[in-house]
Amino acid sequence: MKKVNYLEIEGRSRGFLALLGVLGVIVLAGLSGMYYMEHNGHYVTGMDNQIVWGMPHVFAVFLIVAASGALNVASIGTVFGKAMYKPLGRLSSLLAIALLAGGLMVLVLDLGRPDRLVIAMTYYNFKSIFAWNIILYNGFFAIVIVYLWMMMQASMNKYYRAAGFVAFFWRLILTTGTGSIFGFLVARQGYDAAIMAPMFIIMSFAFGLAIFLLVLMMGYRWTERPLGDEMIRKLKNLLGVFVGAVMYFVLVYHLTNLYATEHHGVEKFILAGDSEHTPIFWFLQILVGGVVPLVILYSKLGASRLWIGLASVLVILGGLAQMYVIIIGGQAYPLDIFPGMEIVNSSFADGNSYHAYTPSMAETLLGISGFAVALLIVTLGVRVLRFMPDSLADKDVDPHHKG
Amino acid sequence: MSKSEAASNGLSRRKFLGASVAAGASVAPGISLISVANAKPVDQAISDEKRWGMLIDTNKCAKGCSACVDACNTENGLNTGDEQNSRQEQKAQWIRKVDLRDKLTGHEVSLPLMCQHCENPPCVDVCPTGASFKREDGVVLVDKHICIGCRYCMMACPYKARSFIHEELTNQVENTPRGKGTVESCTLCVHRIDEDTNNQRDPACAEACNTEGHKAMIFGDLKDASSDVSKALKQHSSKAIREDLGLNPGIRYRGI
Repeated sequence: MKKVNYLEIEGRSRGFLALLGVLGVIVLAGLSGMYYMEHNGHYVTGMDNQIVWGMPHVFAVFLIVAASGALNVASIGTVFGKAMYKPLGRLSSLLAIALLAGGLMVLVLDLGRPDRLVIAMTYYNFKSIFAWNIILYNGFFAIVIVYLWMMMQASMNKYYRAAGFVAFFWRLILTTGTGSIFGFLVARQGYDAAIMAPMFIIMSFAFGLAIFLLVLMMGYRWTERPLGDEMIRKLKNLLGVFVGAVMYFVLVYHLTNLYATEHHGVEKFILAGDSEHTPIFWFLQILVGGVVPLVILYSKLGASRLWIGLASVLVILGGLAQMYVIIIGGQAYPLDIFPGMEIVNSSFADGNSYHAYTPSMAETLLGISGFAVALLIVTLGVRVLRFMPDSLADKDVDPHHKG
Repeated sequence: MSKSEAASNGLSRRKFLGASVAAGASVAPGISLISVANAKPVDQAISDEKRWGMLIDTNKCAKGCSACVDACNTENGLNTGDEQNSRQEQKAQWIRKVDLRDKLTGHEVSLPLMCQHCENPPCVDVCPTGASFKREDGVVLVDKHICIGCRYCMMACPYKARSFIHEELTNQVENTPRGKGTVESCTLCVHRIDEDTNNQRDPACAEACNTEGHKAMIFGDLKDASSDVSKALKQHSSKAIREDLGLNPGIRYRGI
């Protein structure tokens, strides 16, 4: 195993410029959507007083969760001492920061008053999980940047393990905070569950790694740098474990709810209802985002990078579907304001049927642009600073490499 | 001196002064011409000596009557044709009529539902900036100046009592400033109850219900044992909606 040599990418090819162009167009489209929403007000969106959080939250929460998961690869090298993962630490940290930035951008731009961001930073209600999250997100940026600095400056290397530990614990707390946004909501049948926090952590492992794998494989393919099969094999096996773990948590969450009579309504709504949430759950979240990737990753197909890439894309799609079911589905099921009573009539859309939600183009574009912002940051980041080792060939990075 | 001691000293001093003046104005033992013990000038800070609340008698609430809803809309400038672009599900509504049927017995009731002004309001807990707040006298409000429009309070409220403003508003009424991109809900008509004691009026909904002759909504100070609402609460059994959540709302119901 030789010393790892990190190098900027050249970034002069047509492909590089085309990538920047495509990402730039998506960001612009998202910002136009945001301008349209904020100029007119949220009436132009699919959101209303029943579905108060829509598509932007689906994407924003997904990206924020994935951000903390993307840092995992670095943590495995630093905290768990796996030598082979250490060369990936810089890229993993960069991706984590980028995904968080993308997610937060979407979250902030969907506020009713995004111009009051400074108020969110200066007025704190410390009982609010949202307020904790604002501190956790800002802290994440600061800690990961310091972590990167410790990794990237030779004279600071001696502190990098300590910084890695801090970052690892901070990211666990951060995802606990994100999961608790829903876990602590007593009012709604679909939420109010302690399992939300650990489930979000395991979701972050899967989503973050899926995005990392795609970025890694594409980055090394496009720059024609060597990327060893053993490295990919390890990462794809890990992705399989995480995807399985997510499905386990989903199973426990639903089994717990199914055992309690009071939750039968919401369970029937999600698992066997007549809304879009039932097919999204079974088909997209479970089949496309869980079963199929597992089959790909653990069958012979898992030897092919193309298939591993496809599995990663499916994990991301399944993750977005899961967020949709959690966030939109959780609101679509009506509040149980009067247990034991049936609502015959109401002028404010109370009642026994679910709330429908049709996302507008503008809010969906804003959500998607979060991805583009994250990838733009990564693309520019690897262009100007030394995040990517010039070789990740097994003989260069695998301490157990034979031959 | 602890906070509670200070409060009790302050209270006794005020009571003493009040009693002295009242004694001066009384014509015979037990009969006084004026009562100043409860007088509160408009510029005086809100205190926890009062807790505003309401008892809603669903037996008296008429099905199909929406006098309270109409009065609220007029009083606060809601639904005045201003939210023209918003869909029905997007329009603000601070108080709504709900008709219910007991799933087992088939018993039907009709009731008005609005912000329940909880003692432990989940909306206040979750608000990141503190825009959602509870006054000392129990009224739960939104500070429109620091609301960032995140809508987390709407996710947290078990009564779905809050509305988000989905578009630019004009023609607002003076006593109820509202703004696009912020969240709002029933204020218990603070602009009415914060008036000098002599000018104090019931919230518009309760007033309309009385005018209509139903008298289903009794408003008053839950801490004052002699108030109509306290007396009625003492006399009859009542319930809070979603009592299991332990939020101790200021709005109570009979007959549910």
